[in-house]
Amino acid sequence: MSLLSTILRRLVLLAFVVAGVAVVTFTISHLIPGDPAQLIAGDKASAETLAHVRQELGLDKPVTQQFVIYVRQLLSGDLGNSLRTRRPVATDIALFLPATLELGITALFMAILLGVPLGVLSAIFKDGPVDQAARAVSVAGISMPVFWFGLALIIVFYVKIPILPGSARIDLGVIPPPRVTGFFLIDSLVAGDLTAFRSTLYHLVLPAFVLAFANLGIITRQIRASMLDVLQEDYVRTARANGLSRSAIILRHALPNALIPSVTLLGLAFGDLLYGAVLTETIFAWPGMGSYVVSSIQTLDFPAIMGFTIVASLGYVLINLAVDLTYMVLDPQIRELG
Amino acid sequence: MSAQRGDILLDIDDLSLEFRTFRGAVKALNGISIKVRAGEIVGVVGESGCGKSVTMMAAMRLLPKGSARITGGAVRLFGSDPMKLSERELQHVRGRQVSTIFQEPMNALNPTRRIGEQVIEVIRRHQRLSNAAARQKAIGLLRDMLISEPERIMQAYPFELSGGMRQRVLIAMAFSCEPKLIIADEPTTALDVTVQALILSLIRQKAVSTGTAVVFISHDMAVVSQLCDRLYVLYAGRVAESGTTASVLAAPAHPYTRALIRCLPGLAAPKQPLEQIPGTLPDMLNPPPGCLFRARCREADERCVEVPPLSAIDPSRRAACWRRIEETEAA
Repeated sequence: MSLLSTILRRLVLLAFVVAGVAVVTFTISHLIPGDPAQLIAGDKASAETLAHVRQELGLDKPVTQQFVIYVRQLLSGDLGNSLRTRRPVATDIALFLPATLELGITALFMAILLGVPLGVLSAIFKDGPVDQAARAVSVAGISMPVFWFGLALIIVFYVKIPILPGSARIDLGVIPPPRVTGFFLIDSLVAGDLTAFRSTLYHLVLPAFVLAFANLGIITRQIRASMLDVLQEDYVRTARANGLSRSAIILRHALPNALIPSVTLLGLAFGDLLYGAVLTETIFAWPGMGSYVVSSIQTLDFPAIMGFTIVASLGYVLINLAVDLTYMVLDPQIRELG
Repeated sequence: MSAQRGDILLDIDDLSLEFRTFRGAVKALNGISIKVRAGEIVGVVGESGCGKSVTMMAAMRLLPKGSARITGGAVRLFGSDPMKLSERELQHVRGRQVSTIFQEPMNALNPTRRIGEQVIEVIRRHQRLSNAAARQKAIGLLRDMLISEPERIMQAYPFELSGGMRQRVLIAMAFSCEPKLIIADEPTTALDVTVQALILSLIRQKAVSTGTAVVFISHDMAVVSQLCDRLYVLYAGRVAESGTTASVLAAPAHPYTRALIRCLPGLAAPKQPLEQIPGTLPDMLNPPPGCLFRARCREADERCVEVPPLSAIDPSRRAACWRRIEETEAA
């Protein structure tokens, strides 16, 4: 199975998944009590106004017809208009999603860059001080709620020892880079604006660490466990019997094999990070999807919620695809035999 | 260091070793002595659990850290004590001077790396060769192992090869740095009988042509007898008998050796029920006093409550059995 045919096959499957999600979101939005027309028109609106709003939203048509319209709009990339912001939902998502992705990806990198070495060291020095410390960090990461840990970090590094910013994506005095991708780190580099880049980086540190910390523990434990497994494998003994250096054995023989079972976990962790972003964004006043969705739910903004759900499920499917492709890169047996 | 034929490469002297377990210390080795000289092929035989592999892995210091503890005796590998070498010094002994072929070829190669990379890595670890030169050398080694398309095999991943093919790659790897000594730990046990003969002859030919000494660990008396100049028969962590292959097979001295030979399925007398040795290995947590084979021995008597020393019973042979010692003294 080649890489390309896997990608194509999975993209076809993706269409089915999104169709399924569309049916579910549409159904749920019509089953939930609460009348969007009433919400828009307000409590004191007359029956006439209400009927007018209904007609405008297409809510007076039969349900089946509404679904057909909905699907037709979806196919043309139209997620409807937000009842709250009055803008197309697609525009809103394009506006807020990059902020969330920037935070989530930074957090994922942080979790991997800290978690993998920590897991490897814990396995090599099993039951030693590093391992014990890593175990404490893992338990803390898994058991500390994001909102508590986030606030604690804000108090320490923003209030008591003010070395890191505690809110927003960029300093107030710094002009955000002109929008190309929506990722401030990339856009500021594109614009050659190092001040904006540095400011964005500083702003990312705390929220990304809070997000990363919860997953750091899980990644560390997983890498530790699979390293311990792999270090007992016969081929590691072969490498030792052939006099290879410790670093070659660990980095070239053990780690690449230990990473394979961890890839699924990393994919799941990324999904988690995006969900965790909802809380983290609220704490750090991060203008991302999290804040947007919370506000949408509070105002029963159905088009926005449905649009977000579709985009999120699309994201999950793409993450799964990325996981499978990573497997193919790491494991020749999957690559060559499919 | 160039070894002359006859130089002692590996000298295991009265080695005792135990494994710490939750139930107590398992006394795996109880005073084993084995000498290997340059250029000779030495067989170490015995049933599972008798300490064959443990002895050799202990000498190479390849046993997992922490669980095994040497309680007596000494090892000299190329004149130095491997237990006193640093990890770095040990790395230059392993692969370069003594290399190992293991029992299970299926998992003995890294599944995520190509065969070529793995062979070249070992070659370049111990020899100053360019990548291209190491590659040529690797191809030559594979060809010596009668691998027909070595260039293609170099590109393959282990899962694409059969067990016999993998073992040939591992043998090529073991010989790659012209070691003085090779430890072959049941290299054919996991393979088909048809492949076994080929693998054995490949090891033997390569060893003879390069003057490499081989320690051949096996539970199979038939295999060992075809291959080895000298034999050590191990039982319960002790040497029961040692001597030249011809003399041991012609007239086995120790009752355990006799039993092992009787267990061989004879082609000459088919359809005879196979012999087996009654009983099992003694409990190595609390080994009984005296000769450890006593409970399973047809010839045991009251003398056997004491441990028989490994004694010369003729010029080419030593055995640890009171009967033989008495007979030798009487003669």
